[in-house]
Amino acid sequence: MSVQHKILLLDDDQDLLELYREILGRLPSQPEIYTATSGARAIALLDSEPFSLLISDLSMPKMDGLQVLTIVRRKFPQLRTAVMTSVVDAQFRTRAYAMGIDLFLEKPNSSQEIMFFLDCIESLLGREVDGGFRGVQSKSLVDIIQIECLSRSSSVLKVTNGALSGKIWFNNGDVIDAETQALNGEAAFRKILSWKTGNFEILPADPDRARAIFNSYQGLLLESAQALDEAGESESAPSADATADPAAQSPLVPLVRFNGVEFVMTVPANDAGFDSWGVENPEQISKWVRQTMQRFRALGEGLQAGQLNQVEGLGLQCHVALVSKMGDDLCVGFHRSLSQDLVRATMNKIAAKWAS
Amino acid sequence: MGLLNFLTRRGSPTGANLVRLPTGSFTLDPSGRIVASTLPRSFPGAQTRQIADVVLSTFRSAREAQIPLTELIADYAALKLTARELRGGAIIFLAPRSLGPK
Repeated sequence: MSVQHKILLLDDDQDLLELYREILGRLPSQPEIYTATSGARAIALLDSEPFSLLISDLSMPKMDGLQVLTIVRRKFPQLRTAVMTSVVDAQFRTRAYAMGIDLFLEKPNSSQEIMFFLDCIESLLGREVDGGFRGVQSKSLVDIIQIECLSRSSSVLKVTNGALSGKIWFNNGDVIDAETQALNGEAAFRKILSWKTGNFEILPADPDRARAIFNSYQGLLLESAQALDEAGESESAPSADATADPAAQSPLVPLVRFNGVEFVMTVPANDAGFDSWGVENPEQISKWVRQTMQRFRALGEGLQAGQLNQVEGLGLQCHVALVSKMGDDLCVGFHRSLSQDLVRATMNKIAAKWAS
Repeated sequence: MGLLNFLTRRGSPTGANLVRLPTGSFTLDPSGRIVASTLPRSFPGAQTRQIADVVLSTFRSAREAQIPLTELIADYAALKLTARELRGGAIIFLAPRSLGPK
């Protein structure tokens, strides 16, 4: 049984809303169209019933489109969102995508663009909300790799999964290298394939990349699938080593093994407690971590600057770096001799390990 | 094509109601007063104030937590904020990011 989608259109211009309603009425899926002329009204409607898609203008009085999207992305994370605007500015496009919207479209100004707009909206409505890589309709990473290989592409596939990020290099349809965290080659390829969801982008080819993978892509995909199966089996079986050393059970221990790390602390979002390793004054530091991340998150929302990726602090006694995952905060203290670049690179590895 | 003209005529092409993230810097004295700024005038003073408050209070609370900092970098998806401590005050640099290749 097919579901009738509901689309909410937000624009301060009532005449335009009526036009969009008429244009969207041509969609094959025949969605129900609702309209709102203010951000407050749109949010109230979204609160009152479930919608499949919000299409918002950017330039509006009182609450502009970015402010609406900030609230909507937080309150309704599963809702598909699209921006349709006459504001032609790369910065607003960047910021809107940084907030996690699905589509950024300029208001159509030709019949072809209206058709393109309708195609995009129909495609967006057809996507499944759970899992899958955003950017392509419900395609797995294996599908994307196969598409690149079968089309004999030369490109770089960049995949991000939360704090994790990896790249796979293609040359004339062959997988020639992969890289993620501290891994390269086939190990990195298998690691990237173990991610279940995320985002990807195709970057221009890197002809200077040295070949580190010589296996065929079919062989790589097969071996990766086998490795994942085996990993799944071993995870379900209890390990004898796990009970041998109580210290090894702390989730922080793997994070402190990186060079230059002096202390590690995790601060849960909905809890006054914390978990720490190597911290002399944990109460004070945990309070500072919580306050700092709250302040910078609120600042980011106020500026509509997108997701807060990381906060770094450099000091004469030590350096610190802070990241968040699902509202939980991670703070890592580094020796002061580390350069800022090294702090960032190490923190990326630690954050990836923490996230995984 | 009247319909298309109607569509394209509407809306402000410059996004008059939207605030661009600025490129520039500003300097704060220890009391939080802005003593110099290269930020565009179009950027709201309230947001500059908000940035200043967050930066100064973070430096202050870091000192209280016994991890005195001389530099802070907040990395947002669309903005990089760098702040350097200046004897109780701070100089703050703002640099928006773009979607272009790095």
